[in-house]
Amino acid sequence: MFDRDRWVEIFETIQKNKLRTVLSGFTVALGIFIFVILFGLGNGLKNTFQQFFLDDAENVLFVRPSRTSLPYGGYKSGRRIEFDNSDIAGVEENFSYYIEYISPRIFSRVTATYKTESDNYNNISVGPDHQYIEKTVMMYGRYINQQDLINKEKYVVIGRLVALDLFGKQDGVGNYIDLNGFAYKVIGVFQDSGGDNIERTIYTPYTTHQLINKSTDEIGMFAVTFRKELGHAGSIVLENELRKYLKEKKVISPRDPRGIWINNLADQLKQNQQFAGVLQTIVSVVGIGTLIAGIIGISNIMVFVIKERTKELGIRKALGASPRSVITMVLQESILITTFSGYVGLFLGILTLSGLGEKLIDYFITDPYINLNTAIFATIVLIICGGIAGYIPAKRAASIKPIVALRDE
Amino acid sequence: MIKLEDIHKSYKMGNSSLHVLKGINFEVESGELVAIMGSSGSGKSTLLNILGMLDVAEKGLYQLDGIHIKKLNEKKAARYRNDFLGFVFQSFNLINYKSALENVALPLYYQGVGRKERQKTAMELLERVGLKPWAKHLPNELSGGQKQRVAIARALVSKPKVVLADEPTGALDSKTSYEVMELIKEINNEGKTILVVTHERDISQMCKRIIRLRDGEIAEDFMTSNGAIKK
Repeated sequence: MFDRDRWVEIFETIQKNKLRTVLSGFTVALGIFIFVILFGLGNGLKNTFQQFFLDDAENVLFVRPSRTSLPYGGYKSGRRIEFDNSDIAGVEENFSYYIEYISPRIFSRVTATYKTESDNYNNISVGPDHQYIEKTVMMYGRYINQQDLINKEKYVVIGRLVALDLFGKQDGVGNYIDLNGFAYKVIGVFQDSGGDNIERTIYTPYTTHQLINKSTDEIGMFAVTFRKELGHAGSIVLENELRKYLKEKKVISPRDPRGIWINNLADQLKQNQQFAGVLQTIVSVVGIGTLIAGIIGISNIMVFVIKERTKELGIRKALGASPRSVITMVLQESILITTFSGYVGLFLGILTLSGLGEKLIDYFITDPYINLNTAIFATIVLIICGGIAGYIPAKRAASIKPIVALRDE
Repeated sequence: MIKLEDIHKSYKMGNSSLHVLKGINFEVESGELVAIMGSSGSGKSTLLNILGMLDVAEKGLYQLDGIHIKKLNEKKAARYRNDFLGFVFQSFNLINYKSALENVALPLYYQGVGRKERQKTAMELLERVGLKPWAKHLPNELSGGQKQRVAIARALVSKPKVVLADEPTGALDSKTSYEVMELIKEINNEGKTILVVTHERDISQMCKRIIRLRDGEIAEDFMTSNGAIKK
């Protein structure tokens, strides 16, 4: 069955029927190539989506105060609620089972100046945990730590783009910059995949901010991350309990829809994941569609090839070829061609994808790739389908009486 | 060598059936050169198909070299065809992408003969039909007569007991036809049994015996002058 002679015969046949070989090989290679490219681009779209929406830690709750809308406990409605340090401490104490990280987030605008360079930036005053909540990645230096909070240090951690504006090519760590008239030491430079806005931010210790702003202990809002094991349901429980606790502490009516805003990213995450799921479905449908088109293509070619060879197969049978040997010859030949050209298509497709890299980032396609297993699976499917598509007409051709096949002019 | 007894064959044509062979009886001895003649529709092609194991008789007995040929499965039929029979066709039926030598060697491939051995035997036969210089040529580089000689070499390469030629000169001009018939006669003189189906009187006259079919029956069966002299 696998003797050398048979393969020599097959190679000779392939060599001497170049058009046929190229035609069927090209179909398979093209099919796989397009499959790999489309699937890869689809994955690139998914990547972009993930970068846009799934940047922050997905287990985050943002808690903001707002004005009340109902009178309660002797207070009129429309009372302004504000958080202070004791609220953070209280939450930390009462919800230690749920909470992973917690940090205040005090927003302000600052004018930062270094030598002759000056510009306005967002300033967020935070605690050390904020690094994990925002998934901040340090490029140089370090993030704010607990010691900085206690000492109320005038330290800043600046975004990559801030460093670029103020220091140009230098990293700037160790230099002093002026923020609204106070000198701060740059202790770190960070990057964040969340986009330019975040990278134009300056982080300072929240205690320092409080000190400079008339020694209040106010905090604008705070963010907490809950333990991932709690899942979506757990996050809802935490959200409700947190609201209840804070309303009680701030004397807000339990029925007041306002007063405490909690933005649970787990909700958003769920929506985003659904959307990602839709994207995945589209990518899969496109992939399967391409594959089907490829299968139809190779099937057509196979039927055509067998039709063209009917007479030759008849001659071979008259000369003593058994039907089985005719079928295996045709199939081995076609499988050899499809396997080889499938591999070529696969290789070229992956090469093209990796060549694209970041070039299509303006079209929302980031880092297109295809899982090698998926690509190989698709190639094998195409080879098998090509084989089946060849087998049926080959079997028919092999069962035609040689005399009939020979009359087929 | 060949023995036919009461061979019947009919084809279904929709509801009616066409009775093509209505009881054919004859024997062919080893070394004979027989022409099977008849106008179109006389059943000569059907008879050749049955003789070539390309078709099966409905009724009757067919013995080839002492072996009963009955309803065979395709695999066995292929083996018997390969071992016992050599075919020569009107339209040559050479594989157009194989050289003359490779075409001649093909039956040996299906016998499982090694490559070197195949090439050697095939070359000998090409030499025998006078085409050694054309061994590497493709069929479309050969003339009609040359093609048919390649086909004859191919029919002989597997050392068959019987060579069946279906209108071997049908596509050739008369000069070439005679040359091909001369070759067939020569091979016959070397002892090979050959059956030639033809509708041309002059071609049949070159054989030793003529079996004339008419409407599915044997109308005549006689020795020609060639055959008579020989016997």
